[in-house]
Amino acid sequence: MTVAQITFDNVDIEFPIFNANGRSLTSRLLEVATGGRLDKDPGGRVMVRALQGLTFSIEDGERVGLLGHNGAGKSSLLRVLSGVYSPHSGTASVVGEVASLIDIGMGINPEATGKENIFIRGALLGLTKAEIQHWYQDIVEFSELGDFIEMPVRTYSSGMHLRLAFAVSTVIRPEILLMDEWLSVGDEGFKQKAEDRLTSLVDSSKILVIASHSRDMVEKICTRVIWLEHGQVKMDGPAKQVTEAYFA
Amino acid sequence: MNKTLSLSLMLSWQDVKQAYRRSAIGPFWITASMAVQIAAMGVVFGIIFKTPLYDYLPFLASSIILFGMISSIITEGCMAFISAEAMIKQLNVSMFVHVFRVVLKNVINSAHNLVLIPLVFLVMWHPIGWQVVLFIPGLMLVLLNLTWIVVVLGTISSRFRDLPQVVAAFMTIAYFVTPVMWQPKLVPGDIAHLLLGLNPFYHLLQLLRLPFLSTVPTLENWLVSLTMAAIGWLLAIQVLKRFGKKIAYWV
Repeated sequence: MTVAQITFDNVDIEFPIFNANGRSLTSRLLEVATGGRLDKDPGGRVMVRALQGLTFSIEDGERVGLLGHNGAGKSSLLRVLSGVYSPHSGTASVVGEVASLIDIGMGINPEATGKENIFIRGALLGLTKAEIQHWYQDIVEFSELGDFIEMPVRTYSSGMHLRLAFAVSTVIRPEILLMDEWLSVGDEGFKQKAEDRLTSLVDSSKILVIASHSRDMVEKICTRVIWLEHGQVKMDGPAKQVTEAYFA
Repeated sequence: MNKTLSLSLMLSWQDVKQAYRRSAIGPFWITASMAVQIAAMGVVFGIIFKTPLYDYLPFLASSIILFGMISSIITEGCMAFISAEAMIKQLNVSMFVHVFRVVLKNVINSAHNLVLIPLVFLVMWHPIGWQVVLFIPGLMLVLLNLTWIVVVLGTISSRFRDLPQVVAAFMTIAYFVTPVMWQPKLVPGDIAHLLLGLNPFYHLLQLLRLPFLSTVPTLENWLVSLTMAAIGWLLAIQVLKRFGKKIAYWV
């Protein structure tokens, strides 16, 4: 039994912006109301500093909510956790198998049938063909798509589209689960089923990191909240305490 | 590595299938236009170069088709990471997934054209020798070379977006400078060695083409291609080591 753990030490993330004119920025350091810090590197190139000096660790069993305004760095942080972005400086160590439910529709090809898309999505989630085969019936039944599963996805309604994406994406059982807002799909009947499935997925994970704007959700699910502002940690503590300060 | 390969194979297969969707013959449209091109060019250049069609058409067909594969892998390879932006920004998969995806997709597409080669040989009643088995090791070595080229060009292209256009223009020139339409024997001795020997595409093309023309590629062809692969991969590994982690920020 391995222990999942996330340790960040002074993590910085910077985006080089190649098509912005550095000279049009009036001051060397600009702090804007929203977004990360706009900065210029010594070469005069414009940089967006999305995360700055993040230091924290998340232990096995924690349910962490990320709060912050648009552009505070929540998504960037999730991407560092998923291994997509590697820190510009500092170290980010993530121990445990990570899966993200950030964009559950990613990779779905509208021209391909629902069936084909189950295999595409499954492969992108890291499942082998045999594993997808094993889950296939379950996914089809869960999505309630019936014969539509043999139809191209472009013929689906947006609700059906989401059901399919949701049904495939939630068969995985990762140790570390990343989410951007709580997924809520489908009509009333389906919603409850999806809610149950998502809850069981979250329960089986060792660490959950979820970015959110919803106070209710965060207070209900999270044990701890990290409040980000301009790419820095503004407050980090028990969920109740931080949400009270944030939503004040 | 196994997972990387199977994922890229699935994605490239989807890319190919995409061309078939709602089209009766899919990628064979490219084959059809290629057939017309070969027939037209075969007649015109056969007359210009005063070469009998019996010799020229098999040469031209194998050249155009095989150079087309090299060329399409390189030009599309520039877009390997740029066109995979959505996936790169969401999934932590090996960068080789995107590289193999482009290479495999173009190999599968080119296989559609490959059927024209035996067809032309049949129509011209031109024999194919035992040497054709050398096509397989030749293809392996060529793909080994093209893969590192895609790694390097794909990475630089994701940072400098002008590169794909430069490469596309360059490949057009390469098409004329390399003996694709004209036979290498047309250029006299010394110049030939400079013009052909220094052209890496020439050696790669020879490895693929000569087996169909009942000729064994020369030792020089093999050695140049092997050396290129060795040096190229050293370069590609360095490029990935230095810039691989930045691709996600660049795309």
